[in-house]
Amino acid sequence: MSTSTPGPVVEIAGLHKSFGEREVLRGIDLTVRQGEVVCIIGASGSGKSTLLRCINLLEQPTAGTIHVLGTEVTDRDVDIDRVRTHVGMVFQQFNLFPHRSVLENCTLAQRQVLHRSKAEAEAVAMKNLEHVGLADRANSAPGQLSGGQQQRVAIARALSMDPALMLFDEPTSALDPELVGEVLAVMRTLAEEGMTMLVVTHEMIFAREVGDRVIFLDDGVVLEEGPPDQVLGAPREERTQAFLRRVLDPTHIDPT
Amino acid sequence: MTADWERVGSAFFNPVAIEAIAPRLLHAAGNTVVYTAAAFAVGLALGLVLALMKLSTVRVYRVIATGYIEFFRGIPALLVVIAFGYGVPAAFDIRFDSIILQIAIALGVVSAAYIAETLRAGIQAVPKGQVEAARSLGMSATATLARVVVPQAFRIVLPPLTNEAVLLLKDSSLVFVLGLTPDTFELTRLGRGALSQAGGGLTSILAVGVMYLLITIPLSSLTRWLERTTGYKGHV
Repeated sequence: MSTSTPGPVVEIAGLHKSFGEREVLRGIDLTVRQGEVVCIIGASGSGKSTLLRCINLLEQPTAGTIHVLGTEVTDRDVDIDRVRTHVGMVFQQFNLFPHRSVLENCTLAQRQVLHRSKAEAEAVAMKNLEHVGLADRANSAPGQLSGGQQQRVAIARALSMDPALMLFDEPTSALDPELVGEVLAVMRTLAEEGMTMLVVTHEMIFAREVGDRVIFLDDGVVLEEGPPDQVLGAPREERTQAFLRRVLDPTHIDPT
Repeated sequence: MTADWERVGSAFFNPVAIEAIAPRLLHAAGNTVVYTAAAFAVGLALGLVLALMKLSTVRVYRVIATGYIEFFRGIPALLVVIAFGYGVPAAFDIRFDSIILQIAIALGVVSAAYIAETLRAGIQAVPKGQVEAARSLGMSATATLARVVVPQAFRIVLPPLTNEAVLLLKDSSLVFVLGLTPDTFELTRLGRGALSQAGGGLTSILAVGVMYLLITIPLSSLTRWLERTTGYKGHV
Protein backbone atom coordinates (compact mmCIF):
# COMPACT_ATOMS: atom_id res chain seq x y z
CA MET A 1 0.00 0.00 0.00
CA SER A 2 1.64 3.23 -1.08
CA THR A 3 0.63 6.70 -2.09
CA SER A 4 1.31 5.91 -5.72
CA THR A 5 -1.48 3.34 -5.88
CA PRO A 6 -2.60 3.46 -9.49
CA GLY A 7 -6.31 2.93 -8.74
CA PRO A 8 -8.61 5.35 -6.98
CA VAL A 9 -7.84 6.27 -3.37
CA VAL A 10 -11.38 5.57 -2.25
CA GLU A 11 -13.93 3.46 -4.08
CA ILE A 12 -17.35 3.02 -2.53
CA ALA A 13 -20.01 0.84 -4.09
CA GLY A 14 -23.56 0.26 -2.91
CA LEU A 15 -22.86 1.44 0.63
CA HIS A 16 -25.69 1.03 3.10
CA LYS A 17 -25.59 1.81 6.80
CA SER A 18 -28.40 1.37 9.30
CA PHE A 19 -28.53 2.24 12.97
CA GLY A 20 -31.13 -0.19 14.20
CA GLU A 21 -34.27 0.48 12.20
CA ARG A 22 -33.04 3.76 10.80
CA GLU A 23 -31.27 3.56 7.45
CA VAL A 24 -28.83 6.46 7.30
CA LEU A 25 -27.03 5.59 4.07
CA ARG A 26 -29.11 4.10 1.29
CA GLY A 27 -26.80 3.03 -1.51
CA ILE A 28 -23.81 5.32 -1.95
CA ASP A 29 -21.40 5.05 -4.87
CA LEU A 30 -18.39 7.28 -4.74
CA THR A 31 -14.90 7.30 -6.20
CA VAL A 32 -12.14 9.61 -5.06
CA ARG A 33 -9.00 9.84 -7.15
CA GLN A 34 -5.55 10.75 -5.97
CA GLY A 35 -5.08 14.44 -5.23
CA GLU A 36 -8.78 15.15 -5.40
CA VAL A 37 -10.56 17.32 -2.85
CA VAL A 38 -14.14 16.19 -2.49
CA CYS A 39 -16.50 18.21 -0.31
CA ILE A 40 -19.60 16.56 1.06
CA ILE A 41 -22.49 18.86 1.88
CA GLY A 42 -26.02 18.25 3.03
CA ALA A 43 -28.47 18.89 5.82
CA SER A 44 -27.83 17.54 9.29
CA GLY A 45 -28.95 13.94 9.44
CA SER A 46 -28.36 13.41 5.73
CA GLY A 47 -25.61 10.88 6.49
CA LYS A 48 -22.50 12.96 5.69
CA SER A 49 -20.54 12.10 8.82
CA THR A 50 -21.63 8.48 8.71
CA LEU A 51 -20.36 8.18 5.15
CA LEU A 52 -16.99 9.58 6.19
CA ARG A 53 -16.80 7.36 9.27
CA CYS A 54 -17.52 4.25 7.20
CA ILE A 55 -14.39 4.86 5.16
CA ASN A 56 -12.05 4.20 8.09
CA LEU A 57 -14.51 1.83 9.69
CA LEU A 58 -15.36 3.97 12.70
CA GLU A 59 -18.80 2.83 11.59
CA GLN A 60 -19.27 -0.67 10.26
CA PRO A 61 -21.20 -0.59 6.97
CA THR A 62 -24.37 -2.68 6.78
CA ALA A 63 -23.90 -3.52 3.11
CA GLY A 64 -21.74 -2.59 0.14
CA THR A 65 -18.00 -2.45 -0.41
CA ILE A 66 -15.39 0.18 0.32
CA HIS A 67 -11.87 0.05 -1.06
CA VAL A 68 -9.29 2.38 0.45
CA LEU A 69 -5.91 2.55 -1.28
CA GLY A 70 -6.62 -0.75 -2.95
CA THR A 71 -7.57 -2.58 0.25
CA GLU A 72 -11.13 -3.66 0.80
CA VAL A 73 -11.95 -2.40 4.29
CA THR A 74 -15.35 -4.08 4.20
CA ASP A 75 -13.56 -7.43 4.02
CA ARG A 76 -14.06 -9.22 7.34
CA ASP A 77 -10.37 -10.08 7.60
CA VAL A 78 -9.03 -6.63 6.82
CA ASP A 79 -6.18 -5.35 8.99
CA ILE A 80 -8.00 -2.10 9.66
CA ASP A 81 -5.28 -0.66 11.91
CA ARG A 82 -2.90 -0.89 8.96
CA VAL A 83 -5.31 0.89 6.63
CA ARG A 84 -6.00 3.57 9.23
CA THR A 85 -2.32 4.52 9.47
CA HIS A 86 -2.68 5.76 5.88
CA VAL A 87 -5.94 7.60 6.49
CA GLY A 88 -5.85 10.71 8.66
CA MET A 89 -9.03 11.88 10.34
CA VAL A 90 -9.90 15.26 11.78
CA PHE A 91 -12.93 15.50 14.04
CA GLN A 92 -15.41 18.23 14.77
CA GLN A 93 -14.45 18.18 18.46
CA PHE A 94 -10.66 17.97 17.77
CA ASN A 95 -10.30 15.02 20.19
CA LEU A 96 -6.76 15.88 21.18
CA PHE A 97 -5.36 13.80 24.02
CA PRO A 98 -5.66 16.18 26.97
CA HIS A 99 -3.15 14.32 29.13
CA ARG A 100 -0.38 14.73 26.58
CA SER A 101 1.49 17.77 25.31
CA VAL A 102 0.92 19.09 21.81
CA LEU A 103 4.15 17.43 20.70
CA GLU A 104 3.23 14.12 22.34
CA ASN A 105 -0.17 14.22 20.65
CA CYS A 106 1.73 14.18 17.38
CA THR A 107 4.30 11.53 18.37
CA LEU A 108 2.19 8.98 20.28
CA ALA A 109 0.86 7.02 17.29
CA GLN A 110 4.11 7.42 15.35
CA ARG A 111 5.92 5.70 18.19
CA GLN A 112 3.21 3.14 18.94
CA VAL A 113 2.14 2.22 15.44
CA LEU A 114 4.96 3.11 13.07
CA HIS A 115 7.63 2.28 15.68
CA ARG A 116 9.59 5.38 14.84
CA SER A 117 12.38 6.41 17.19
CA LYS A 118 11.68 9.24 19.60
CA ALA A 119 13.98 11.56 17.69
CA GLU A 120 12.45 10.74 14.31
CA ALA A 121 8.87 11.01 15.62
CA GLU A 122 9.63 14.38 17.17
CA ALA A 123 11.28 15.64 14.00
CA VAL A 124 8.23 14.61 11.94
CA ALA A 125 5.89 16.13 14.53
CA MET A 126 7.76 19.41 14.60
CA LYS A 127 7.77 19.59 10.81
CA ASN A 128 4.00 19.20 10.78
CA LEU A 129 3.44 21.57 13.70
CA GLU A 130 5.46 24.11 11.79
CA HIS A 131 3.28 23.43 8.79
CA VAL A 132 0.17 24.40 10.75
CA GLY A 133 1.99 27.34 12.37
CA LEU A 134 2.17 25.96 15.91
CA ALA A 135 5.76 24.83 16.34
CA ASP A 136 6.13 27.31 19.20
CA ARG A 137 3.32 25.60 21.13
CA ALA A 138 4.85 22.11 21.05
CA ASN A 139 5.18 21.98 24.83
CA SER A 140 1.77 23.40 25.61
CA ALA A 141 -1.13 21.36 26.88
CA PRO A 142 -4.05 21.09 24.46
CA GLY A 143 -6.27 22.80 27.01
CA GLN A 144 -4.14 25.93 26.83
CA LEU A 145 -4.87 26.40 23.13
CA SER A 146 -7.79 28.06 21.39
CA GLY A 147 -10.21 25.89 19.43
CA GLY A 148 -8.64 26.89 16.14
CA GLN A 149 -5.18 26.05 17.43
CA GLN A 150 -6.39 22.72 18.79
CA GLN A 151 -7.86 21.82 15.44
CA ARG A 152 -4.61 22.73 13.70
CA VAL A 153 -2.76 20.46 16.13
CA ALA A 154 -5.26 17.71 15.30
CA ILE A 155 -4.40 18.18 11.62
CA ALA A 156 -0.67 18.06 12.41
CA ARG A 157 -1.25 14.92 14.48
CA ALA A 158 -2.96 13.22 11.54
CA LEU A 159 -0.32 14.41 9.07
CA SER A 160 2.46 13.05 11.26
CA MET A 161 1.42 9.55 10.18
CA ASP A 162 2.15 10.52 6.55
CA PRO A 163 -1.37 9.67 5.38
CA ALA A 164 -2.34 9.24 1.75
CA LEU A 165 -5.88 10.41 2.46
CA MET A 166 -7.33 12.89 4.90
CA LEU A 167 -10.90 12.80 6.19
CA PHE A 168 -12.33 15.99 7.69
CA ASP A 169 -15.57 15.64 9.64
CA GLU A 170 -16.99 19.16 9.96
CA PRO A 171 -13.60 20.47 11.12
CA THR A 172 -14.76 24.03 11.72
CA SER A 173 -18.28 23.48 13.05
CA ALA A 174 -17.26 23.67 16.71
CA LEU A 175 -15.18 26.82 16.26
CA ASP A 176 -15.94 30.43 17.03
CA PRO A 177 -16.43 32.25 13.72
CA GLU A 178 -13.20 34.21 13.99
CA LEU A 179 -11.20 30.99 14.37
CA VAL A 180 -12.61 29.23 11.31
CA GLY A 181 -10.29 30.99 8.88
CA GLU A 182 -7.00 29.72 10.32
CA VAL A 183 -8.15 26.11 10.05
CA LEU A 184 -9.50 26.51 6.52
CA ALA A 185 -6.22 28.16 5.50
CA VAL A 186 -4.27 25.13 6.68
CA MET A 187 -6.67 22.85 4.80
CA ARG A 188 -6.34 24.93 1.67
CA THR A 189 -2.54 24.67 1.81
CA LEU A 190 -2.85 20.94 2.27
CA ALA A 191 -5.12 20.70 -0.77
CA GLU A 192 -2.74 22.78 -2.85
CA GLU A 193 0.09 20.43 -1.92
CA GLY A 194 -1.87 17.62 -3.52
CA MET A 195 -3.35 15.83 -0.51
CA THR A 196 -6.35 13.68 -1.29
CA MET A 197 -9.13 15.01 0.92
CA LEU A 198 -12.71 14.19 1.77
CA VAL A 199 -14.29 17.08 3.62
CA VAL A 200 -17.69 17.12 5.28
CA THR A 201 -18.39 20.81 5.65
CA HIS A 202 -20.85 23.65 5.84
CA GLU A 203 -18.24 26.11 4.59
CA MET A 204 -19.58 26.75 1.11
CA ILE A 205 -16.85 29.20 0.21
CA PHE A 206 -14.21 26.61 1.04
CA ALA A 207 -16.08 23.99 -0.99
CA ARG A 208 -16.31 26.36 -3.91
CA GLU A 209 -12.73 27.59 -3.88
CA VAL A 210 -10.82 24.51 -2.76
CA GLY A 211 -13.06 21.59 -3.71
CA ASP A 212 -12.58 19.76 -6.99
CA ARG A 213 -15.96 18.18 -6.65
CA VAL A 214 -18.99 18.72 -4.43
CA ILE A 215 -21.38 16.00 -3.39
CA PHE A 216 -24.82 16.84 -2.10
CA LEU A 217 -26.08 14.14 0.20
CA ASP A 218 -29.78 14.01 0.87
CA ASP A 219 -31.50 11.44 3.03
CA GLY A 220 -28.75 8.88 2.61
CA VAL A 221 -28.23 9.13 -1.14
CA VAL A 222 -26.02 11.24 -3.40
CA LEU A 223 -28.60 13.53 -4.92
CA GLU A 224 -26.27 15.73 -6.88
CA GLU A 225 -22.60 15.66 -7.70
CA GLY A 226 -20.28 17.72 -9.82
CA PRO A 227 -17.84 20.62 -9.98
CA PRO A 228 -18.40 23.19 -7.20
CA ASP A 229 -19.47 25.91 -9.60
CA GLN A 230 -22.21 23.73 -10.93
CA VAL A 231 -23.49 22.14 -7.71
CA LEU A 232 -23.20 25.29 -5.62
CA GLY A 233 -23.72 27.86 -8.34
CA ALA A 234 -26.35 26.27 -10.54
CA PRO A 235 -27.82 23.29 -8.73
CA ARG A 236 -30.13 21.15 -10.83
CA GLU A 237 -32.02 19.46 -8.04
CA GLU A 238 -34.77 21.30 -6.29
CA ARG A 239 -33.70 19.97 -2.87
CA THR A 240 -30.13 21.13 -3.44
CA GLN A 241 -31.42 24.58 -4.27
CA ALA A 242 -33.56 24.63 -1.12
CA PHE A 243 -30.63 23.49 1.02
CA LEU A 244 -28.29 26.11 -0.40
CA ARG A 245 -30.87 28.80 0.12
CA ARG A 246 -31.16 27.83 3.78
CA VAL A 247 -27.38 27.78 4.25
CA LEU A 248 -26.44 30.85 2.26
CA ASP A 249 -29.35 33.04 3.21
CA PRO A 250 -30.48 31.81 6.62
CA THR A 251 -32.54 34.89 7.49
CA HIS A 252 -34.93 34.33 4.61
CA ILE A 253 -36.00 30.80 5.29
CA ASP A 254 -39.37 29.87 4.03
CA PRO A 255 -40.82 28.21 7.15
CA THR A 256 -42.59 25.59 5.08
CA MET B 1 -24.11 16.90 84.79
CA THR B 2 -20.55 18.03 85.15
CA ALA B 3 -17.78 15.89 83.82
CA ASP B 4 -15.26 14.57 86.20
CA TRP B 5 -12.28 15.91 84.32
CA GLU B 6 -9.83 14.03 86.41
CA ARG B 7 -11.46 10.74 85.46
CA VAL B 8 -11.74 11.72 81.84
CA GLY B 9 -8.07 12.52 81.92
CA SER B 10 -7.01 9.23 83.38
CA ALA B 11 -9.34 7.30 81.05
CA PHE B 12 -8.20 8.90 77.81
CA PHE B 13 -4.94 10.66 78.41
CA ASN B 14 -3.19 8.46 80.90
CA PRO B 15 0.51 9.30 80.65
CA VAL B 16 1.57 5.93 82.00
CA ALA B 17 -0.45 4.15 79.32
CA ILE B 18 0.91 6.40 76.61
CA GLU B 19 4.42 5.71 77.72
CA ALA B 20 3.74 2.00 77.68
CA ILE B 21 2.38 1.99 74.11
CA ALA B 22 4.47 4.76 72.54
CA PRO B 23 7.55 2.74 71.56
CA ARG B 24 5.42 0.31 69.57
CA LEU B 25 3.03 2.83 68.00
CA LEU B 26 5.26 3.74 65.12
CA HIS B 27 6.07 0.15 64.31
CA ALA B 28 2.38 -0.78 64.31
CA ALA B 29 1.56 2.24 62.18
CA GLY B 30 4.23 1.07 59.76
CA ASN B 31 2.62 -2.36 59.62
CA THR B 32 -0.79 -0.81 59.00
CA VAL B 33 0.60 1.18 56.09
CA VAL B 34 2.44 -1.80 54.63
CA TYR B 35 -0.64 -4.06 54.86
CA THR B 36 -2.81 -1.40 53.30
CA ALA B 37 -0.38 -0.61 50.51
CA ALA B 38 0.14 -4.28 49.67
CA ALA B 39 -3.61 -4.97 49.68
CA PHE B 40 -4.25 -1.87 47.60
CA ALA B 41 -1.70 -2.99 45.01
CA VAL B 42 -3.49 -6.33 44.72
CA GLY B 43 -6.88 -4.61 44.66
CA LEU B 44 -5.80 -2.18 41.97
CA ALA B 45 -4.30 -4.81 39.68
CA LEU B 46 -7.16 -7.25 40.10
CA GLY B 47 -9.70 -4.42 40.00
CA LEU B 48 -8.37 -3.20 36.66
CA VAL B 49 -8.65 -6.68 35.19
CA LEU B 50 -12.22 -6.99 36.51
CA ALA B 51 -13.16 -3.55 35.20
CA LEU B 52 -11.89 -4.43 31.73
CA MET B 53 -13.71 -7.77 31.89
CA LYS B 54 -16.88 -5.98 32.85
CA LEU B 55 -16.51 -3.69 29.82
CA SER B 56 -15.60 -6.55 27.52
CA THR B 57 -17.72 -7.51 24.55
CA VAL B 58 -17.27 -11.12 25.59
CA ARG B 59 -20.28 -12.12 27.62
CA VAL B 60 -18.49 -14.75 29.70
CA TYR B 61 -16.00 -12.16 30.95
CA ARG B 62 -18.79 -9.81 31.91
CA VAL B 63 -20.65 -12.53 33.78
CA ILE B 64 -17.55 -13.62 35.70
CA ALA B 65 -16.64 -10.04 36.63
CA THR B 66 -20.18 -9.22 37.71
CA GLY B 67 -20.37 -12.39 39.81
CA TYR B 68 -17.06 -11.63 41.46
CA ILE B 69 -17.97 -8.04 42.23
CA GLU B 70 -21.41 -8.89 43.63
CA PHE B 71 -19.97 -11.68 45.77
CA PHE B 72 -17.10 -9.81 47.36
CA ARG B 73 -19.03 -6.57 47.78
CA GLY B 74 -21.89 -8.42 49.37
CA ILE B 75 -20.12 -10.22 52.19
CA PRO B 76 -18.29 -8.69 55.15
CA ALA B 77 -14.56 -8.34 54.60
CA LEU B 78 -14.05 -10.04 57.94
CA LEU B 79 -15.44 -13.29 56.53
CA VAL B 80 -12.99 -13.16 53.66
CA VAL B 81 -10.09 -12.54 55.99
CA ILE B 82 -11.15 -15.48 58.14
CA ALA B 83 -11.44 -17.62 55.02
CA PHE B 84 -7.93 -16.70 53.95
CA GLY B 85 -6.67 -17.27 57.46
CA TYR B 86 -8.01 -20.77 57.83
CA GLY B 87 -10.19 -22.10 55.05
CA VAL B 88 -8.12 -21.34 51.99
CA PRO B 89 -4.77 -22.62 53.30
CA ALA B 90 -6.42 -25.82 54.53
CA ALA B 91 -8.53 -26.39 51.44
CA PHE B 92 -5.84 -25.73 48.86
CA ASP B 93 -2.86 -26.74 50.92
CA ILE B 94 -1.30 -23.34 50.49
CA ARG B 95 1.06 -22.03 53.07
CA PHE B 96 1.52 -18.31 53.05
CA ASP B 97 5.18 -17.74 53.74
CA SER B 98 4.64 -14.12 54.48
CA ILE B 99 1.89 -12.62 56.56
CA ILE B 100 2.03 -9.54 54.33
CA LEU B 101 1.22 -11.60 51.26
CA GLN B 102 -1.59 -13.34 53.08
CA ILE B 103 -3.07 -10.01 54.17
CA ALA B 104 -2.54 -8.44 50.76
CA ILE B 105 -4.51 -11.19 49.07
CA ALA B 106 -7.25 -11.44 51.69
CA LEU B 107 -7.96 -7.71 51.76
CA GLY B 108 -7.01 -7.20 48.11
CA VAL B 109 -9.63 -9.54 46.70
CA VAL B 110 -12.33 -7.63 48.59
CA SER B 111 -10.97 -4.24 47.66
CA ALA B 112 -10.73 -5.30 44.00
CA ALA B 113 -14.52 -5.62 43.85
CA TYR B 114 -15.00 -1.98 44.84
CA ILE B 115 -12.04 -0.69 42.82
CA ALA B 116 -13.31 -2.52 39.72
CA GLU B 117 -16.57 -0.58 39.77
CA THR B 118 -14.75 2.69 40.36
CA LEU B 119 -12.37 2.05 37.47
CA ARG B 120 -15.18 0.94 35.18
CA ALA B 121 -17.00 4.20 35.79
CA GLY B 122 -13.77 6.12 35.16
CA ILE B 123 -13.06 4.33 31.89
CA GLN B 124 -16.60 4.96 30.71
CA ALA B 125 -16.25 8.64 31.60
CA VAL B 126 -13.46 9.10 29.04
CA PRO B 127 -15.13 10.61 25.96
CA LYS B 128 -15.71 8.25 23.04
CA GLY B 129 -13.94 10.73 20.76
CA GLN B 130 -10.67 9.92 22.51
CA VAL B 131 -10.95 6.29 21.47
CA GLU B 132 -11.95 7.26 17.94
CA ALA B 133 -9.01 9.63 17.61
CA ALA B 134 -6.54 6.99 18.75
CA ARG B 135 -8.07 4.23 16.63
CA SER B 136 -8.20 6.45 13.55
CA LEU B 137 -4.44 6.95 13.95
CA GLY B 138 -4.06 3.20 13.57
CA MET B 139 -3.54 2.43 17.24
CA SER B 140 -4.75 -1.00 18.32
CA ALA B 141 -7.56 -1.39 20.82
CA THR B 142 -5.03 -2.45 23.45
CA ALA B 143 -2.66 0.46 22.81
CA THR B 144 -5.62 2.85 22.85
CA LEU B 145 -6.70 1.50 26.21
CA ALA B 146 -3.22 1.60 27.72
CA ARG B 147 -2.01 4.91 26.31
CA VAL B 148 -5.14 7.01 25.97
CA VAL B 149 -8.10 5.70 28.00
CA VAL B 150 -6.62 4.32 31.22
CA PRO B 151 -4.33 7.32 31.93
CA GLN B 152 -7.30 9.65 31.61
CA ALA B 153 -9.61 7.35 33.54
CA PHE B 154 -7.05 7.11 36.33
CA ARG B 155 -7.16 10.84 36.80
CA ILE B 156 -10.95 10.84 36.91
CA VAL B 157 -11.02 8.10 39.55
CA LEU B 158 -8.29 9.47 41.82
CA PRO B 159 -10.72 10.91 44.39
CA PRO B 160 -12.92 7.78 44.64
CA LEU B 161 -9.78 5.66 44.60
CA THR B 162 -8.53 7.56 47.64
CA ASN B 163 -11.77 6.61 49.31
CA GLU B 164 -11.02 2.97 48.60
CA ALA B 165 -7.55 3.37 50.07
CA VAL B 166 -8.93 4.94 53.24
CA LEU B 167 -11.55 2.23 53.60
CA LEU B 168 -8.87 -0.37 53.07
CA LEU B 169 -6.66 1.25 55.69
CA LYS B 170 -9.44 0.86 58.21
CA ASP B 171 -10.23 -2.67 57.04
CA SER B 172 -6.63 -3.58 57.78
CA SER B 173 -7.78 -3.71 61.41
CA LEU B 174 -9.59 -6.93 60.52
CA VAL B 175 -6.41 -8.92 60.06
CA PHE B 176 -6.22 -9.60 63.80
CA VAL B 177 -8.12 -12.80 63.07
CA LEU B 178 -5.06 -14.13 61.27
CA GLY B 179 -3.31 -14.39 64.62
CA LEU B 180 -0.72 -11.68 64.58
CA THR B 181 2.42 -11.73 66.66
CA PRO B 182 3.42 -8.56 68.54
CA ASP B 183 5.90 -7.93 65.79
CA THR B 184 3.21 -7.97 63.11
CA PHE B 185 0.57 -6.04 65.11
CA GLU B 186 -1.11 -3.32 63.19
CA LEU B 187 -2.53 -0.29 64.97
CA THR B 188 -5.92 -1.58 66.11
CA ARG B 189 -4.51 -4.86 67.38
CA LEU B 190 -1.85 -2.96 69.30
CA GLY B 191 -4.42 -0.60 70.79
CA ARG B 192 -6.73 -3.41 71.86
CA GLY B 193 -3.86 -5.37 73.33
CA ALA B 194 -2.75 -2.41 75.36
CA LEU B 195 -6.25 -1.78 76.71
CA SER B 196 -5.93 -4.15 79.60
CA GLN B 197 -2.45 -3.03 80.49
CA ALA B 198 -1.31 -0.17 82.65
CA GLY B 199 -4.78 0.81 83.78
CA GLY B 200 -4.89 3.59 81.25
CA GLY B 201 -8.52 3.14 80.33
CA LEU B 202 -9.07 3.98 76.67
CA THR B 203 -5.84 5.87 76.27
CA SER B 204 -4.30 3.35 73.90
CA ILE B 205 -7.38 3.45 71.66
CA LEU B 206 -7.18 7.21 71.50
CA ALA B 207 -3.49 7.07 70.65
CA VAL B 208 -4.15 4.56 67.89
CA GLY B 209 -6.99 6.69 66.53
CA VAL B 210 -4.67 9.66 66.28
CA MET B 211 -2.18 7.51 64.38
CA TYR B 212 -4.87 6.56 61.84
CA LEU B 213 -5.64 10.22 61.29
CA LEU B 214 -1.95 10.99 60.88
CA ILE B 215 -2.00 8.55 57.96
CA THR B 216 -5.36 9.32 56.34
CA ILE B 217 -5.15 13.10 56.36
CA PRO B 218 -1.84 13.26 54.45
CA LEU B 219 -3.33 10.69 52.07
CA SER B 220 -6.00 13.19 51.09
CA SER B 221 -3.35 15.83 50.49
CA LEU B 222 -1.44 13.35 48.37
CA THR B 223 -4.54 12.84 46.23
CA ARG B 224 -4.97 16.54 45.72
CA TRP B 225 -1.32 16.80 44.76
CA LEU B 226 -1.63 13.89 42.31
CA GLU B 227 -4.72 15.47 40.78
CA ARG B 228 -2.76 18.63 40.20
CA THR B 229 0.32 16.96 38.77
CA THR B 230 -0.81 13.97 36.70
CA GLY B 231 -2.50 15.87 33.92
CA TYR B 232 -0.19 17.40 31.37
CA LYS B 233 0.21 21.02 32.36
CA GLY B 234 2.52 22.39 29.74
CA HIS B 235 4.24 25.72 29.81
CA VAL B 236 2.93 28.60 27.81
